[in-house]
Amino acid sequence: MFCSSWDLPRIFRIVTLVNLARMSVNRRLSASNGRLPPNMKSWKVNEPLHGTNYLKTCRRKLLLLWFFGFVAVGTVWFILSFNSKYLVSKENEAICEERARVLLQRYNVSRKEIHALASLFYGSDQILSNCIDERRLKMLLSSGMISTPQLTCPGNQESQKEYICVAETVETIEQCPILDDYDQTRLELSFPSKNHVSLASHSALSTDLVSYLLRGKNIVQSWELRASAIWDHLSSSNFVRGCWVLIGIIMSCFCLLWRSQKQKLVQGHPAAQKKQMQGLARGPSKSAGRWRKKLLVIFVSLGIIGSFWLFWHLNMDIMQRREEMLANMCDERARMLQDQFNVSMNHVHALAILVSTFHHGKHPSAIDQKIFGEYTESTAFERPLTSGVAYALKVLHSDRMHFEEQHGWTIKKMETENEALVQDCIPENLDPAPIQDEYAPVIFAQETVSHIVSIDMMSGKEDRENILRARASGKGVLTSPFKLLKSNHLGVVLTFAVYDTNLPLDATPEQRIEATVGYLGASYDVPSLVDKLLHQLASKQTIVVNVYDTTNASAPITMYGTDVTDTGLLHISSLDFGDPLRKHEMHCRFKQRPPLPWTAINASVGVLVITLLLGHIFYAAINRIAKVEDDYRQMSELKGRAEAADVAKSQFLATVSHEIRTPMNGVLGMLQMLMHTELDENQMDCAQTAHNSGKDLISVINEVLDQAKIEAGKLELEAVTFDPRAILDEVLSRFSEKSKEKEIELAVYASNQVPEVVIGDPKRFRQIITNLVGNSLKFTHDKGHVFVSVHLANEVKNPLHIMNAVLREGLNLNQDISNRTSDTLSGFPVCNKWKSWAHFKKLSSTNEPEIIQLLVIVEDTGIGIPTDAQSCIFAPFMQADSSTSRTYGGTGIGLSVSKCLVDLMGGEIGFVSEPGIGSTFSFTGTFRKGGRTSLDAMWQNNLSGSEFLGLRALVVDRRKIRAEVTRYHLQRLGMSVDVTYSLNSACSCLSNTCNMSIPTQLAMILIDKDAWSWDKEGSFLYAIKKHRKNGIKGDPINLPKIFLLATHLSANEHDELNSFGIIDDILMKPLWLSSLIRSYRESLGIVKKQVNRKNVMKLGNLLMHKQILLVDDNAVNRKVAEGVLQRYGTIVTTVESGKAALKFLKPPHNFDACFMDLQMPEMDGFEATRQIRNLESEANEKIACGQASAEMFGNISYWHIPVLAMTADATQGSNEECRKCGMDDYVSKPFDEEQLYMAMERVFNSDS
Amino acid sequence: MLGFGADLLWADMNRLLAFLFHQGVLDEQFLQLQQLQDEASPNFVSEVLNIYFHESEKLLTNLRGLLMERDYKKMGVHLNQFMGSSSSIGAKRVTNVCVAFRAATLQTNRAGCLRALEMLEHEYCYLKNKLHQLFQIEQQRALVAGVRYPVQNQNQ
Repeated sequence: MFCSSWDLPRIFRIVTLVNLARMSVNRRLSASNGRLPPNMKSWKVNEPLHGTNYLKTCRRKLLLLWFFGFVAVGTVWFILSFNSKYLVSKENEAICEERARVLLQRYNVSRKEIHALASLFYGSDQILSNCIDERRLKMLLSSGMISTPQLTCPGNQESQKEYICVAETVETIEQCPILDDYDQTRLELSFPSKNHVSLASHSALSTDLVSYLLRGKNIVQSWELRASAIWDHLSSSNFVRGCWVLIGIIMSCFCLLWRSQKQKLVQGHPAAQKKQMQGLARGPSKSAGRWRKKLLVIFVSLGIIGSFWLFWHLNMDIMQRREEMLANMCDERARMLQDQFNVSMNHVHALAILVSTFHHGKHPSAIDQKIFGEYTESTAFERPLTSGVAYALKVLHSDRMHFEEQHGWTIKKMETENEALVQDCIPENLDPAPIQDEYAPVIFAQETVSHIVSIDMMSGKEDRENILRARASGKGVLTSPFKLLKSNHLGVVLTFAVYDTNLPLDATPEQRIEATVGYLGASYDVPSLVDKLLHQLASKQTIVVNVYDTTNASAPITMYGTDVTDTGLLHISSLDFGDPLRKHEMHCRFKQRPPLPWTAINASVGVLVITLLLGHIFYAAINRIAKVEDDYRQMSELKGRAEAADVAKSQFLATVSHEIRTPMNGVLGMLQMLMHTELDENQMDCAQTAHNSGKDLISVINEVLDQAKIEAGKLELEAVTFDPRAILDEVLSRFSEKSKEKEIELAVYASNQVPEVVIGDPKRFRQIITNLVGNSLKFTHDKGHVFVSVHLANEVKNPLHIMNAVLREGLNLNQDISNRTSDTLSGFPVCNKWKSWAHFKKLSSTNEPEIIQLLVIVEDTGIGIPTDAQSCIFAPFMQADSSTSRTYGGTGIGLSVSKCLVDLMGGEIGFVSEPGIGSTFSFTGTFRKGGRTSLDAMWQNNLSGSEFLGLRALVVDRRKIRAEVTRYHLQRLGMSVDVTYSLNSACSCLSNTCNMSIPTQLAMILIDKDAWSWDKEGSFLYAIKKHRKNGIKGDPINLPKIFLLATHLSANEHDELNSFGIIDDILMKPLWLSSLIRSYRESLGIVKKQVNRKNVMKLGNLLMHKQILLVDDNAVNRKVAEGVLQRYGTIVTTVESGKAALKFLKPPHNFDACFMDLQMPEMDGFEATRQIRNLESEANEKIACGQASAEMFGNISYWHIPVLAMTADATQGSNEECRKCGMDDYVSKPFDEEQLYMAMERVFNSDS
Repeated sequence: MLGFGADLLWADMNRLLAFLFHQGVLDEQFLQLQQLQDEASPNFVSEVLNIYFHESEKLLTNLRGLLMERDYKKMGVHLNQFMGSSSSIGAKRVTNVCVAFRAATLQTNRAGCLRALEMLEHEYCYLKNKLHQLFQIEQQRALVAGVRYPVQNQNQ
């Protein structure tokens, strides 16, 4: 009852706890099985990278482990405590119930006894003392309970003890036959104590209520008691668990502390940390994995060991409890048996006293056989275990005759050695007893054993011994067990001696023997005794009781019980039947072997399962971690390999480039040599082009090498001044041949807003345009055009305010699709170029006036880019599809390099492409505006000459854009250009101008071949011819020259056109500056500047017979430079130090120039130059002042020898320094021919 | 037979040159040097190279001595010279090693200097051997060609 009320909440709590645990486990499980939670993921990812993170994760893992450990330990402990408590309480329950019942029974019995004996006997002193003890004890208990209730119930065990104590008291109370009124108190006593027990162990309300009702008065105490009981219960049950938790927390704290300290230590030493990090980078995963595995193994083995220990522990507990139970039951049985036996014995004793009083004390005897028989029969219930009582008289041999006569029968001998009191045989048949010293014939006997009257008890061996011992000791004496005849049970005979006189208490045995008058014997039927007893007790089915007589220890005699079947446990309780010579033992066994300890098995299996489950989870997690780490390692390995492959690729590129460069050097050398020979203009041009192309090839190879640099982010852009238009010309000249071959119109155009000089990296700028144009040309076949135009990014900012014609045409495309065919360069449709920069974000975002953004548009009418390939067009080595590279060749690196370069230039690249129509690429680049330097001005002047300046030209072209392009080129020459769209209007234009003055007259007419209509030539030719005629009078030079612009012409057409005699020349497109100039000059008949491009010859001219001083400390350099310079016919004098140079250069001297090495020992180039300038200025001053005549200084009025620095690294910085200390220019070392020429030209031209 | 030999030698020489170029031992500057050789100075290349070898040997000895004395500044000067002369004759690899060497001296990295010096000596020896080989072939070729076609050879 208590159990169930107590169980419910407990069980509920367990269930919830287990559920919680399972939930957490499940969550872990799902986390480990499924995707990792993000935080976990993140730390896993970071783990190998960051050592600290790694440590953190370790700590976290440890915590996790601790947590699980707690869960496991907690569960185990819970089960354990629950189990033991539960069992204990249950047991207590059983025991108390049993006892109550027994007590009640026995109490009833004892009451009967009291009623039976009240009239006859007074209580013995032993009983009295018991009673007194009892009372005192009870008083003590009750007072204790009232005054200090807390003390009475400190806990389970104590309460149990107390209970036992109370039970004992109760037992002893029972033995007190007189104290009737004690009943109530005893009850009261037992109930509260029971309450305490139940309160302490279960803290149940119901019992509390009962106790309250029962006791009434002690409400406050009971509350106090309950509170204290609860507290005690809590503390006692939770104390150990709390201890565990505490230990766990302390341990984990310690762990954390230790780890953090370690970390701090590591952090304290950066070098060590670095080392660790390095170690972690490679080793950590492996070691961590091993560590984790070890931990897991330890954990699992601990779990297994723990579960086994748990099993063992629980099992032991159960066993122990079982043993205790057995011991309790056994002891109890033994004690009860003993008690009952003692009670019977007392009765027999009482009978003995009765006999002595009424038989021997009275004369004549108040008792005869009949009275004895009746009395014993009527008081048989007092001795429920005795089968019969008999009284034998002590008869000496001398009195035998007398005795026999008196009683009328002879003393008979016991027939057999089978000492039984009850025999079937008739006593008359027995032989008379043999002659002995004394006899003990039975004179009285209970009805049940009346047949033994007259039998001499002394004749039986056992009985004789018994009698002798009994009369000597004065106490009850037992025989060894033997079979009782009638019942065939084992029995013992108890013998009391009856004395005739009141013996003193300390009588000697002799006195006792002397005083003996008879013997009272009672036979005990032990089996029935025990049976009866066991019947009274509960749970008799569970145990088997055996009673042995162990007087002879080596051969115990079974008094009660069946054959022994060994069921494991055995408890032996000794029995004291009041006969010191006889020893008896009670052996108790459980009937069944102990059932399997299911609780232990369940608990331990549960723990095992939990452990294994956790182990599995962790194993899975560890595996996963290991796998991820492995993957990471593999990845990093692959990454390493990829990087290695990248390096290998770069090396391969370098090698291959070198392979190509080596033969290219030969080619270039040969070409250069070829150019040194006498060539006419055309051949020269070819050779020049070949040479340039070769150089371009070399540069392209270099640019391929640059790709690697770009990828490594090592490429740096130069910042030098350059003319973007010149770049366009260069590009044009490079691709003109190709475009001619393919009959594709190639044109370049730069908006007039583009500054003439910008600062940036011309090489890269050209490279990008070259790439784009090259691609465009590659993918355009036999029709259409490739058109490069350069604008300022600001120009396209607002589409509504476009001033530029070319751009406007593009914009018109957008609006009028039907008209698009006629508006492009070649008349073929193109993509809308505006879309190509639609996605540019940085378009003209800068507001600084010095920064400009150039927008370069390359449009073509090629095959276009397939839509699906447009996304990856800028990836390196990627072409639209593999067939492209088969058809067109190429590496596909161009666009990627271009993109990188554009990015470097701070611009963007984009494109729009329609398959079948064409593509338009556009990119922006950020440059700075540059002022015109003298160099560029000179170059410009040199190239263009001044002959075109101010001239007028007429362009006849149907297509606006083409006309614009032509106009652009002519305007660059400083000409003013008129554009007409047909020959008719050209005629009117001609007629308008013919009358004007010469400066405004047309210098040339450029007619596009498309505009050249054969039908209308009449009027046009007429007009021309008229002009020619007019021109005869005047200067023929002033006549307008007529050029035909054509992209491609067949030989027939060529001849036909020439035959007209009107056209001065046919200009093949693409049109660019130098070709225009050349054609014009040729048409004028001026063949100038043949030498223009022959730098070598020019150098030779420049340097021929010049006196040059070469200053270099390095003999090799000296020799080489000398060799180079001597080739150009110079007279070279070499000196090896600055000081020597000073000697030579002290005015007057004959040197025309000085090449000065910058890095020399003693006096470097700068210092030497400074001193030279000092010397010169001195000389100049002298001349100026007239101190010295000019003759003294070689007839030169102003001394300034050009000093050119020779430097291995021609950087901007050293360049400036050169100029600062008075140097005129610098050349790189070893000599580059072109640079040398440039420098020399500058020096000598400015000189002359 | 002799003409055939001349062709063979010519091919040998070219192969050797190509090999040296391929290995990066020489660069274009060497070709330019060869171009400077003409009738006026028929032994120009060998003259220059002799000077170079002479100078370089001196420089190397000096460098070794300076490295022992740990005079990094002077070493830098010497290296500049070495670099200049090497780049003049187009000894690319030697030049590169010189650059590395100079960087090491700037950092006063003794171990790096030692290593660089060893490399420099190695490269220098290698270059010297190869160029000697080249000259031997050239001399043989000149001999053979001269014997066979003295007039034509001059024209070419």
